[in-house]
Amino acid sequence: MLVLGIETSCDETAAAVVRDGHDVLSNIVLSQVAAHRPYQGVVPEIASRAHVEALMPVLEDALRQANTGWDEIDLLAVTHGPGLASSLLIGVTAARALSMRLNKPLTAVNHLAGHLYSVCLDPAVSDPDTLFPLIVLLVTGGHTMLVRMDSVTDYRLLGQTLDDAVGEALDKGATLMGLGYPGGPEIEKAATGGDPARHAFPRGLRGDRGPAAGGLSRDRCFSFSGLKTALLYLLRDHPDYREGAELAHVAASYQEAAFDALLDRLERTVREEGARHFACVGGVAKNKRLRAKLEEAAARLGVQWHAAPMAYCTDNAAMIAGVAGAVALRGVPPEPVDEVYPNLPVAAAR
Amino acid sequence: MKQVLTRSPDETRALAADLAARLQAGDVLALHGELGAGKTCFIQGIAQALQVDQPVSSPTYTLVNEYRGRLPLYHIDLYRLRTADDALNMGLDEYLEGAGVTAIEWAERAETALPERTIHVRLEHGGTEQERQVRIEASERV
Repeated sequence: MLVLGIETSCDETAAAVVRDGHDVLSNIVLSQVAAHRPYQGVVPEIASRAHVEALMPVLEDALRQANTGWDEIDLLAVTHGPGLASSLLIGVTAARALSMRLNKPLTAVNHLAGHLYSVCLDPAVSDPDTLFPLIVLLVTGGHTMLVRMDSVTDYRLLGQTLDDAVGEALDKGATLMGLGYPGGPEIEKAATGGDPARHAFPRGLRGDRGPAAGGLSRDRCFSFSGLKTALLYLLRDHPDYREGAELAHVAASYQEAAFDALLDRLERTVREEGARHFACVGGVAKNKRLRAKLEEAAARLGVQWHAAPMAYCTDNAAMIAGVAGAVALRGVPPEPVDEVYPNLPVAAAR
Repeated sequence: MKQVLTRSPDETRALAADLAARLQAGDVLALHGELGAGKTCFIQGIAQALQVDQPVSSPTYTLVNEYRGRLPLYHIDLYRLRTADDALNMGLDEYLEGAGVTAIEWAERAETALPERTIHVRLEHGGTEQERQVRIEASERV
């Protein structure tokens, strides 16, 4: 089964062709990072205009690289949420038009389901079913959550951030440090040679205080606003920490605190859920320091860990086509594409 | 106008909850303050008082998060936007005229698009990491 996936939920225009939910035949991602860099973040108007211009060439590239044609596609898949409404709308509108024109079935995909599935695109994972139950730490610019996956179609939100996403904490931290955008890679670079133990930044929620967690266990939730504020005060008292070796210490200590907070929740959850496998997906999963810490955690827990392949960490359409194919092969009918859902929760992703 | 010194994020949320008790459909809150000043924290207090039963996280990436409670809560963040036109393009008008409470972070980015009835909340860092000066500028009713 050949699936053509389309992803335009934020600032990447992406299309991919994936066979049987596993073999990625092409994965085209046109990043708009350069266009948004002057603004230190994604500007919605710029994003949607760029999607309009880029989408058709990106789709054609995806088919060409996969060495296939429109006729051979069995299913179209498009992200319908969560994300920026104006960006999502471009992909959804194009997908509906293609589906009608080509007379091919179309299914809606939850962007978060795509990220969760991205770990199954690892060529080393020949049968995803061997991974379950799997605890997934999903870390991106807009989301930070812990999800339990019991199959490709069956999962449950266990915890999430109660304020900023970790990627957002890194972006805003980078802004405070006078670094560029996107913040995660900038901080990782600036942290080189820095001492991660130099500054004792807060490691997230403690006790019963703080924001409400809805029905979730506070011990599985994250909070990064205290970290951001601590950085603000440190730099206010020491403006010279924005340069040289001092900056390296600040950057290293800041990302260390953010990652320690992730690891604390992850380890607790893996233990409590009795899972034999955990995974890390999303753009922040590209960070080498975080990967090293995940490796250590897996050794401590005596379980196996899996990372989404680098190419499928940041937003892409291979994960969208992948999960759509895997779900379809399990006999689930296509999810109708009606409108866009900017706040779509992970629970609705099955 | 009301000015209060809060000594912790919990106190900031409690102050917001106090205000939320008097909010009606159509009310608009404009939150002002730099990074880390406590804007999201204040809105968490509003959400709690409006009986929103899910976590309220930052809408910086999605621009708008919608919640169901005693009244619908539209949590908007204009951090990514540059001008009032950008805000109107993302549909700010529809939220302002909606059936819920609209709470807007970085509201100064769209000052001219805000209605006159807007309640302005200004947050500033205090002497310690936990303290915040909170100024609420509102009509008689609230």
